[in-house]
Amino acid sequence: MQKLKLKHLLAIRWFHWINVPLLFLMIWSGILIYWAYPIYSLGPLHFFPKWFYSLFGIEQRLAEGMALHFFFMWLFVVNGIAYVTYTLASGEWRYLVPRSWSAFRDAWHVALHDLRLRKDLPPQDKYNAAQQITYTAIIVMGAGSVLSGLAIYKPAQLSWLAMLFGGYQGARAVHFLLAAGFVMFFVVHIVQVALAGWNNFRSMVIGYDVVGDHD
Amino acid sequence: MTNRRREIVLSDNEAQHELARRTRRGFLMAGLAAVGGFGAYEWITKAQQVDNAPWPQRKVLDLNGRISHAYLSDSHLMPEYPKSKISPIKVNGDIGVSNDFDPGAWRLQVANGAEDATPLLTLSMADIAALPKIEMTTLFCCIEGWSVVQSWAGARFSDFTKKYFPPGQHLPQYVYMATPDEDYYVGLDMKSVLHPQTLLAYERNGQPLEREHGAPLRLIIPVKYGIKNIKRIGLIRYTDDRPDDYWAEEGYDWFAGL
Repeated sequence: MQKLKLKHLLAIRWFHWINVPLLFLMIWSGILIYWAYPIYSLGPLHFFPKWFYSLFGIEQRLAEGMALHFFFMWLFVVNGIAYVTYTLASGEWRYLVPRSWSAFRDAWHVALHDLRLRKDLPPQDKYNAAQQITYTAIIVMGAGSVLSGLAIYKPAQLSWLAMLFGGYQGARAVHFLLAAGFVMFFVVHIVQVALAGWNNFRSMVIGYDVVGDHD
Repeated sequence: MTNRRREIVLSDNEAQHELARRTRRGFLMAGLAAVGGFGAYEWITKAQQVDNAPWPQRKVLDLNGRISHAYLSDSHLMPEYPKSKISPIKVNGDIGVSNDFDPGAWRLQVANGAEDATPLLTLSMADIAALPKIEMTTLFCCIEGWSVVQSWAGARFSDFTKKYFPPGQHLPQYVYMATPDEDYYVGLDMKSVLHPQTLLAYERNGQPLEREHGAPLRLIIPVKYGIKNIKRIGLIRYTDDRPDDYWAEEGYDWFAGL
């Protein structure tokens, strides 16, 4: 017998897939804004090189970037709050949030396993420890993006918030770092989804996963 | 069988059938949602433009401005700094201040009413200097993203307004300011111009304002981006109609508040 098991609840699938274009648009419009004062670099690595701006046609689009950013911020925030509220109310958070400090040790094992340095995997429920830590961290990062964004948006009205981030330019740096973090998350996430295979990907669309082949 | 069942146990054959059915339906829904999302994006970005922004985005910019305006209070202050934190400022924008100009012949026109209202007053620097002089060292934020600490001195716009709009007289909702040639102009809400940090400034870092920084008189309004801090003010007009604004017409937020 085979079992079709509900893995991802309908609401969570919607929140996830709505977030995909919203996060993309927030980062894209953020880059349109960043172009006007592109000061960050990592050693010789400048964010971003000139070819990057011309390749994607990013130059001279500050007004457009701001209008898009301050339009989609509402949807991004509403979707994020709805997701968190729903995971808490439905009890789904129990699968998503690491329950003990041993999650960090388990996540390390998962990482070693995924890098083909270890054969076995620690026992897990719906998500492994590395996923739990990542999916929890990404929510904290989202909240950080909203708060640092508010501090840049209204440094006079919310001067106390800007102060928490080390001032206006501090908030801007945090906001940029978090955006870079989302991009890194995205890359790892896509690789992991590709490696996990079709059955796993499909479950994020239709909700069900096939389990327990041929008992 | 409901869609909400957490587990569906089936024979292999049935399972394949059920899985295929759910996959078809799931991806069809996903496709429809993607098309709907793309359509919404096209509408949001390609709708008719109002002042160089598609109107749905313009509406949201204005809504954001109304929320920020409703929340704004005189106790919301841009942080102030010791003078040791002052750093050099970039000269950004010479619209309305690039032509030949004799600061000695400068006069400030003050009007009340619609666009064609004749100025009620013509003031000189002595009139501004007669108001209490306020000095503050605060953050100047450009809409491009940079910010610098600068020290400014001048008269509070609220003191200026109190003098020419004695209590009891109807105070309009907005202020329009323009350079003498009206090449550059800004629209401001009354709450922001009456904010205690809003100055009609004539000194920068302890020196008379330089020409490229807006001599002889400019607006310093730290609760707004630099684009609203108009240089070389030639006209101040109080009005109940939301005034035009140079950069708002180029697709930027009209409120532009910080």
